[in-house]
Amino acid sequence: MDEPGSLISVDNVSFRYGTDLVLDSISLDVRRGDFLALIGPNGSGKSTLVKCILGLLQPSQGTIRLMGQDIRDFTQWHKVGYIPQKATELDSLFPASVREIVAMGLLAGKKFPRFLGASDAKAVNDALELVGMETFTGRKIGAMSGGQQQRVFIARALASGPSALILDEPTAGVDASTQTQFYDMLDRINREKEITLVLVTHDISVVTKHVRQVACLNQNLIFHGSHEEFCSSMQATRLFGPDAHIVCHSH
Amino acid sequence: MEILQFGFMQRAILSGVLIGLTCSILGVFLILRRDAMIGHGLAHVTFGGVALGLFLNVSPLAAAMVVAVLCSIFIIKLRERTGVHGDTAIGIVSSAGMALGIVIASVSGKFSVELFSYLFGNILAIGTVEVQVAGALAVVVLLTVILNYNDLVFVTFDHELAKTSGIKVNRLDTVLAVLTAVTVVLAMKVVGLLLVAALIVIPAATGLQLAVNFRMAIILSCLTGVVSVLGGLFSAYYLDLPASGAIVLLATVFFLFAIAAAKFPGLAGER
Ligand SMILES: Nc1ncnc2c1ncn2[C@@H]1O[C@H](COP(=O)(O)OP(=O)(O)OP(=O)(O)O)[C@@H](O)[C@H]1O
Ligand SMILES: [Mg+2]
Repeated sequence: MDEPGSLISVDNVSFRYGTDLVLDSISLDVRRGDFLALIGPNGSGKSTLVKCILGLLQPSQGTIRLMGQDIRDFTQWHKVGYIPQKATELDSLFPASVREIVAMGLLAGKKFPRFLGASDAKAVNDALELVGMETFTGRKIGAMSGGQQQRVFIARALASGPSALILDEPTAGVDASTQTQFYDMLDRINREKEITLVLVTHDISVVTKHVRQVACLNQNLIFHGSHEEFCSSMQATRLFGPDAHIVCHSH
Repeated sequence: MEILQFGFMQRAILSGVLIGLTCSILGVFLILRRDAMIGHGLAHVTFGGVALGLFLNVSPLAAAMVVAVLCSIFIIKLRERTGVHGDTAIGIVSSAGMALGIVIASVSGKFSVELFSYLFGNILAIGTVEVQVAGALAVVVLLTVILNYNDLVFVTFDHELAKTSGIKVNRLDTVLAVLTAVTVVLAMKVVGLLLVAALIVIPAATGLQLAVNFRMAIILSCLTGVVSVLGGLFSAYYLDLPASGAIVLLATVFFLFAIAAAKFPGLAGER
């Protein structure tokens, strides 16, 4: 059913906001099981590329395939989880419990009449457990801290059993120790659940410690390769300055 | 109770409760989408529609319905296609609608009295047909919300995220706006155009102060809306107050209590 290997395939994609060329002929393949970091300076088009992949923006040129299918015909959107940049700008009045938020993603993939069966309830609980939020299920989402909300949103994406998660700077505003736990959790999701991860980040230590592939964007795709290649390449120096002390960990 | 013997009172209660319910349900979604003022905006447009109906010598209610529905769709499209903010789109369309009403009224120069009666509403003068239309509308709103409940909650929670989950957000936006337009036109009879927005915003805001989940917000909003309508009608009858004013003031009192209860949970035993 699915094209083997390639889960997300971006082929010669360009995108313009009005006349501003933001993405210039990007081609990028993300294979099943990959953990890819998408890096690049502010305004380099990372979020734009992510939105094109999710069908929120239409590229002016090129094609994007998800699981081998052109996104214009793609229907299994619940298989691709998305954690938007600044997901934590939440209305504190929003009347939903943590459980309701997590169930949202699951319910969206269902046909009418929609209700949560026993296996769905288990999926919700498992997802909450995976992000360490299982003791907060009945609490109001608006009353959670930013980092806690972020975990709940990840649980929401996980509950519908995605093949891939796309995270746009998920740890902005999250404290250091929570970040460490968070990336350990991503590692687990990637290894144990074999969920493909695309992580937009500015955090170079994450790139060197956790991810397996790196794509570096600046309107063009200026680098794409394994994280070892990235660490030894000129691009790292060019991006983060000659003084940046980059220590690569082998997996 | 003697009050219930009168046909006009029965019709007032029935239509008031039905419209109160639809306003309260829609209000929860509209407030959370930061579209609370759409009721206010559509009320202005409805004023233009009523004037147009009177001018063309067709049913003012029908004319207002058509104009309000078209304008609600226009507001949504304007926001969707051009990226104009929701409140800006509402502001533009509502002012244009009001201006239309003023120009028509002034040009024709004869029906000002009738036109202005729509501004204040008269729930005690509601006819059988209007009760039936209100009943049908309430059923449509309830069914739409029940059938699309999860999608509506999701879209309300996060528009973009809902889109990436395969939800037809544009269709839902339009449905919600059209239902609001129809509700506003019918609610005009209950509280008048000047106070329609209150019926949409205040009960929902009250529910949102106290609710910890979505269903609870809708239930509390409906309770506030219905109790305000009934209380307003009773005080209109027994205390000889204008029903519309009494309904809205009562709802405001409930809102103030809700704020107090949310601030000092110990007082009301909430949470
Ligand atoms: N809605 C918009 N309208 C017009 N231009 C936009 C819009 N959103 C983004 N841009 C422009 O597109 C370019 C890429 O923006 P994008 O948000 O993709 O950057 P990014 O790589 O995600 O940056 P950051 O690291 O700050 O999140 C920027 O130059 C930005 O000014
Ligand atoms: Mg970005």
